[in-house]
Amino acid sequence: MTNAIEASGLVKHFGKTTALAGVDLVARQGTVLGVLGPNGAGKTTAVRILATLLSADGGQARVCGYDVVRQAHQVRQLIGLTGQYASVDEGLSGVNNLIMIGRLLGQSRRQSRARANELLERFDLAEAAGRPVKTYSGGMRRRLDLAASLVGQPRVLYLDEPTTGLDPRSRSDVWDIVRTLVGDGVTVLLTTQYLDEADQLAHDIVVIDHGKVIATGTPDELKDKSGGQVLEVEPADRNLLEVAAAVVANRTGSVPDVDAGSGLVRVPVADAAVLPAIIRELDEARVELAEFTLRKASLDEVFLALTGREPADSENGDDNGMTRELERSSR
Amino acid sequence: MTTATLPFAEPAPRLNPLTGLRHTFTLTWRSVLKIKTNMEDVVGLSLQPIMFLLLFTYVFGGAIAGGTHAYLQYALPGLLVMTVVFATLGTGLMLNQDITGGVFDRFRTLPIARWAPLGGAVLGDMVRYMISVAITLGFGMILGFRIGTNPVSAIAACLLLLTFALAMCWVSALIGMLVKTPMGVQMFGFLAFFPLVFGSNLLVPAGTMPGWLQAFVKINPMTDLTTAERGLLTGGPVATPALHSLLWALGIFLVFAPLAVRAYRRRT
Repeated sequence: MTNAIEASGLVKHFGKTTALAGVDLVARQGTVLGVLGPNGAGKTTAVRILATLLSADGGQARVCGYDVVRQAHQVRQLIGLTGQYASVDEGLSGVNNLIMIGRLLGQSRRQSRARANELLERFDLAEAAGRPVKTYSGGMRRRLDLAASLVGQPRVLYLDEPTTGLDPRSRSDVWDIVRTLVGDGVTVLLTTQYLDEADQLAHDIVVIDHGKVIATGTPDELKDKSGGQVLEVEPADRNLLEVAAAVVANRTGSVPDVDAGSGLVRVPVADAAVLPAIIRELDEARVELAEFTLRKASLDEVFLALTGREPADSENGDDNGMTRELERSSR
Repeated sequence: MTTATLPFAEPAPRLNPLTGLRHTFTLTWRSVLKIKTNMEDVVGLSLQPIMFLLLFTYVFGGAIAGGTHAYLQYALPGLLVMTVVFATLGTGLMLNQDITGGVFDRFRTLPIARWAPLGGAVLGDMVRYMISVAITLGFGMILGFRIGTNPVSAIAACLLLLTFALAMCWVSALIGMLVKTPMGVQMFGFLAFFPLVFGSNLLVPAGTMPGWLQAFVKINPMTDLTTAERGLLTGGPVATPALHSLLWALGIFLVFAPLAVRAYRRRT
């Protein structure tokens, strides 16, 4: 198996802030590498370095064997980037945006128009093709941006939080597109704060926090690492939530998470042998059960265990926005 | 760990300069298309010289030259210079919007010549400058301005203006690269261009100005350009001021174009 992306020891400072403090990344050819992390973790900085937009202060990176600094021109012939903010020309129509990129990539007038129409069709933008992009909705803009990064049929595609701010339908559309691309042999580096997205798409995951890699592995490996399984108990009668919680706490020895909204009592379980006892005791306490499940920890719980906070917690506000601010102030 | 040797066309190691020129033309096409879709800009671009012409002719004309017609004959060549110089601010503004809007990130990830986005913006803006010149001259003639020379000289006057604009817009491009927001571009642009435009013989003869200001007027390239425009449009000396203007244009281009390209490459 060959690697499409290899980065080692990436370091980047913006003034006094350290955005990356030695990050290693490897993406196997034809797979999705998910880069997970809270806002401000350094995900966007890493992507911008790999996309030749930013030079690292330390470390090195290769894309398909080409150095992102010394062989940037070659790397640019292989990559596509869809950022958190759409990199398209607001003042041009959708179709002209794509034609412009096709022409810049050396396609003939006819080729570029054909490719533009094909992509607009595929991304459900054919009807809006002639309209200026500034009249597009957020989802349409994102789809056009994705189309724009595919004009040149890149071998490596960077998707920087491609579904942030999209409605669920547009999200699953983007997921389908990513799966198709990977099926065609494209390597995808996907950053996201949505763990279900990484779970759905990524073959390998790297978790970054404060500019450092804090965990790597397949989604399943990560879930196993963080302590195995979770028991969820849902009483049929919500008034008995506290009673159920007390039983569970007593038997497992850890304080369960009681979610009044969904009516669930949730607790990590180290040993499945306690389950029969819990069921018996709930029965004795006359708690009727609507649900009783033992499942693998979700990536959210993994994330919480690794970083000590919820994935969507934002301490620095918007990741990309902050990075840009830092880049500017460091100029 | 193995490094990939992938089964697809080997990427080209470097760019052919002719290809860079082709990229520039594609991006020129883009700039021109944007002018067409952005009618607000075109309307503003057209109304501004009309406003200048009306204000300067009828507000100052009588006081400065003793009559509006005489003043129009004197001021129109200067107003042409002023209109075109202010129009070059649009170049910096558009480049700055490209950066803040994100489309420059797209260009920078494409295997294209690094200077092509700047070159395309500058060449595309020539269309805007032509519109400015045509409207100023056309509306001036409606108000009573008469070309006192011949059509060939008048065409030469327009070409000289455009050549100068092609140089000045690199100053604007540099401002656009260095300043954070489009608002800032406008502010710094005016700070840089106002003294240049008004500290000259563009609207009034320099004779009544204090000595230090006359010294500045004398070395100001706007003065040479305006004198050359007057010569070409209404008669008077041409050769020396035109040569000086061209040398200034060349100098400005040689200094500011590389600075702007460098600032663009460094801007992240």
